[in-house]
Formats: sequence, structure tokens, C-alpha cells
Amino acid sequence: MRNSSIKPGTWGLIGAAIIMLVVLPGLNAFTPEGSFLHVSNFSINLYGKYLCYAILAIGVDMLWGYTGLLSLGQALFFCLGGYMIGMYLMRMIGDLGQYHKPIPDFLVFLGWSSLPPFWKPFSSFWFALLMAFLLPGVLSALFGFLAFRSRIRGVYFSILTQALTYAACLLFFRNSLLLGGNNGFTDFKFILGHDLRTPATQRGLYLITAVVLVLVYLGCRWLSRTKFGLIQQAIRDSENRVLFSGYAAAHYKLFIFVVCSLIAALGGVLYVPQVGIINPSEMAPDKSLEAVVWVAVGGRGTLIGPVLGAIFVNALKSWTTRAFPDLWLLILGTMFILVTVFMPKGIVGIPEQLRALKARFTRCPAPGNGAPVAPAKEGVAGVK
Amino acid sequence: MSAKHKEFILMLEGVNKTFDGFKAISELNFYMDAGELRVIIGPNGAGKSTMMDLITGRTRPDTGKIEFGRDTDLTTLNEYQINRLGVGRKFQTPSVYIDHTVFENVLLSLKGPRGVFSALFHRTTAAQRGRIEEVLTTVGLADRAGWKAGALSHGQKQWLEIGMLIAQEPKLLLVDEPAAGMSDEETRKTGELLMALEGKHSIIVIEHDMTFVRQIARKVTVLHQGTVLCEGTVDQVQNNDRVKEVYLGRKKKAH
Repeated sequence: MRNSSIKPGTWGLIGAAIIMLVVLPGLNAFTPEGSFLHVSNFSINLYGKYLCYAILAIGVDMLWGYTGLLSLGQALFFCLGGYMIGMYLMRMIGDLGQYHKPIPDFLVFLGWSSLPPFWKPFSSFWFALLMAFLLPGVLSALFGFLAFRSRIRGVYFSILTQALTYAACLLFFRNSLLLGGNNGFTDFKFILGHDLRTPATQRGLYLITAVVLVLVYLGCRWLSRTKFGLIQQAIRDSENRVLFSGYAAAHYKLFIFVVCSLIAALGGVLYVPQVGIINPSEMAPDKSLEAVVWVAVGGRGTLIGPVLGAIFVNALKSWTTRAFPDLWLLILGTMFILVTVFMPKGIVGIPEQLRALKARFTRCPAPGNGAPVAPAKEGVAGVK
Repeated sequence: MSAKHKEFILMLEGVNKTFDGFKAISELNFYMDAGELRVIIGPNGAGKSTMMDLITGRTRPDTGKIEFGRDTDLTTLNEYQINRLGVGRKFQTPSVYIDHTVFENVLLSLKGPRGVFSALFHRTTAAQRGRIEEVLTTVGLADRAGWKAGALSHGQKQWLEIGMLIAQEPKLLLVDEPAAGMSDEETRKTGELLMALEGKHSIIVIEHDMTFVRQIARKVTVLHQGTVLCEGTVDQVQNNDRVKEVYLGRKKKAH
């Protein structure tokens, strides 16, 4: 962001945005199936999912990379957003479910004959949408208020966020919560009168997701360049100095924590209608950890890094889980370790690393001397 | 401590602080006039840093009064509230924002609103730019404004942090070992910098380096085992038998 090479980078971003917003959905809509240019409905749907993850990842990085708050529970807010919109989608199934009753199947299964009161307002899309932000917003505000007021920092903050998402996960597994238990919500049919099972609706959702991603990116870019953004990064680098400069660091942390939870919820709201299922396993601790890996792989402390990381890691996951289903977790773990050790700036840092490598080899070729071979190798590992 | 002083900027009376049974501060009484430059010395563990922590709200005293200005009680306030009253603190190890430019470091320290929303919609005015340049000139970093603070030398970081304090326009400045790790030349410049601030701000300096203390000090307070051992000019303090005993150990006991 503060690089001098703003021009080519900006053009790259604009190019990527055009591909994402125009080219891919265009190829999906206007080329015949079977054409080598055609982007399948399946692919569009998959890309839509990646972009939802990218939105979540930006939020994770605004906390971790920019504020130094490693939250290991952002998937919780993602899921809460998803669950709220999922409740609306469940209502829109109407009586097309297996039991052909006007209430969701799992409620029939649990012995309910009419809708539980708290379900009723979720027949309204706008109410569900409101709740999709209100619930994560209030929860993050409450949790953040308590955590930051008590000056919970570093690894303790990470552990608490992890515990929070795990607790929520266990809660949502319970059938008595009346939110579908371990099966969660699925089998959606309609959203605002559009059939979710048609390519056109899915393409529309993909487009909305892409637009939202661009807006979230631009919003965070703006935020990171305000004085607020400067203070955010100052908290990361020297929280004491911030406190002793008259800033209530806790207020700043609370604000950004809530903002990032809302960003996560936004990702979840877009995710559920595209993926067609939400269940408590999405809240499991490892989901939030995965989001952290995306950010680390893409490049922490940048805004494009999390987007690249989310897309790259999930594309790799899609491929691996088909090709080598048993190896995915091993690959993920190995990748995280390798990136942390050898690529601290992630994918975004690769050009810089290559330049540094090139400079290293062109500057000190040390011809006719056998000794530097080993140090040169060491140098490869040591490049920052 | 005499009765004719009416305008204390800082007053600590009967302050006690115990950490896990260790009495870091014991019945400490300390008075300081507005505009004064005071040096506090004392052996390791004398309670100097704890005293700073107590004044700046990082820790709270078990008992005792800490008053700032006329009658502002500091014991119930936290760090940022005390800072907003006009108490600035420089840490022993330079704490600057390494990823921000020198300019931005000072910008974040400028006196002004500190709220979240004012930070969101902040725009740096020409007057603020002028003020930042002025501060950077004072600490001799005007030509480094665009540098990342992390790229500065140790001494320059110390000066930048002092500049950040000046930008806050505090009434009282607490400076913890500013000369630590500095070359002789840098130490001398730091001394001049602090002396230039005397009068505009009240300043407390904690220091070990006696050459440096001699350079800047009018009045020295010696702290020992959490309480004031003696107060006076550098010469008075250096010739005080109890001070010699504390600093030089057994030597005087045989005397």
C-alpha cells in the first residue's frame, strides 16, 4: 500500500476486478456449454464460495495483520450471518419439504406442528438480513468490550476467541436450540422469489458477492489510510505508546473487532445461499484457523493478500480433496509452516523476495571460490 | 516541601506500593514545582520506574495520594486519561511506531481529539503540518520526516519519542533514562534538548549516567528502597554520606 509502485499494482487490481466482475460471469452466461471458453455453472458457484471466503479473510487480516489481534473465532461471525439468512431460506422452502408441512422439516421431525415464535419474523428477508448483522455485531461488541476492557491480549485473546467459537459450535449442535442441530439448514429453494437452483440466480449471487468483495476491499483500504488506520497499526506495533499518548486503545480495538465481525457476517450471508448448506461444523475451531492460514499464505498486513490467499488455498483444497482426500490437512499444515518460515509476507511478498534473491546473486557471485556455496543456500532461507 | 510553595505540579504523599510482598514504594513523599526540571537517581530496584508507573496510571498505589496540578487525583485514572490531563511519558527503550513514518509518528502524538470517530474523519491541516515540522526541527529530525521510524538509529528513535512527547504539549514530562545506549555526543545533545524544554514543561528525568545528570540537573532526588533518601543540588547529593553508602555499598560503613 505504501509502495512506490502503485501504478502497476493498481492496474493489476482493476484487471482482476474486471475478470471477476465481467469476464467470468459473462463467459458463464453467454458462451455455449461445451465451448472451451465456457465457465460452467459449477465453477461460478465455486468461485462465489471462494469470494465469500475472501471477504472473511479481509476481516481476519484487518484484525491480525493491521491491529495485531489474532482472532481465532472469525468463522463464528461468518456462520451467525449465514444462519440468520439460512432461517429465512428455510422459511422460503414453504411446504416443499419432505414432510410437505409449512414448517421446516427438522421441526416436524422434532415434533413441532407450528412454527416456534422466534422463527416467525424470519419469514421476512429484511428482518433476517438485519439479524444477520445485529447478532454478530452485538456478540462481538459484548465479547470485545469484556476482553479489551480487561486488557486481554496476545495469545490469551486468541484462545478466548477460539473458545467462543467452540462453545457456539457445541450450542448449535443441540437440537433443542431449534436451529437444525448437527444437520443445520439445507435444501433451500427460493430467495426473494428467485429459484436458487437456476444458474441465473447463482450467477446473480456470484455477481453480488464480487461487488461486495470489491466494496469491502475499498472500504478497508480507505479505513487503513485514515488516522484511525494509523492508530490501528500503532496499536499493533506499540500499544503502550498509544495508551500513553492519550488514546483509549480498547475503544479502537473494540471498533475494529465489531467492524471485522460484520465483514465476516457479510461473507456468511452471501455464502449460505450459494453453497446451499450451513451447519455447526462450520463453526468448529479449525474453520477459523483455516481463515488465518489463508491470510498468512496470501500475505498478512496487506489487503490483497487475504483475497489471494483465500482463493488460492481454497482452490488447492478443492483440487486436493478430490485428488488426495486424506492428505488435505497434512498439506494445509505443511503449507502454513513453510509459508511462516520461508515466506513471511506470503504470496504478495514473492516479487520482493525474488528481487532480493536476484540482488543477492548478482551482487556477490564470488567466482572461483568454493566456499560460498553453503552460505548462499543459507541465504535463500534467510531472505526476508 | 516548604510551605511557601503553592504551585506544585506534582505531589506524592505517603504513597505505598507492594508487589507480591515486595515493598517497591514505601511512604514516598515527593513534591515538584511547575516548570522544574528534576532528576531522579537511585540504585537498581530503588523504585524509580514504579514511581513513573504510579504517576502515569499504569499501576495504582496501595495507599497514598498522588495529585497533579492543583487538586487532580491521579490514583483513580488510567493511562490515557492521565495522559490527556497533560502527563507525557517516555519509556526507557524507545517506543515509536516502527512501521509509520517519522511524520506520522508525530502526527499521532499531536495534541488534539483522541476519539475513534474523530480519528476516522481526521484531515491533517496545514497548521498541524507546520507544528509537526516545528517539533521535528526541535529534535533534529526534520530531514527524516519521510523515513520509517524503524529505520532510525537508536539515538534518533529516542529523540523521535521525545518529539512525540513535545507534540502532546504536556504539562509534565516523565523521561526514563533518555541517555541509555547513546554515544557521548548523542547524550550531550539529548541533555541540551531537555534543557531547552525546561520552563515550558515540567520535566522529571530518571538517569544513571552521572555526567549527564551533572549536565542537566538543578535539583536531584535520590530514591532508595522506595522512598526519598535525599534531595538537593548535584554536589550536595554527591557529598551526602547516606547516598555514598547506598551507591558505594560497604565502604562508608567501615568509616
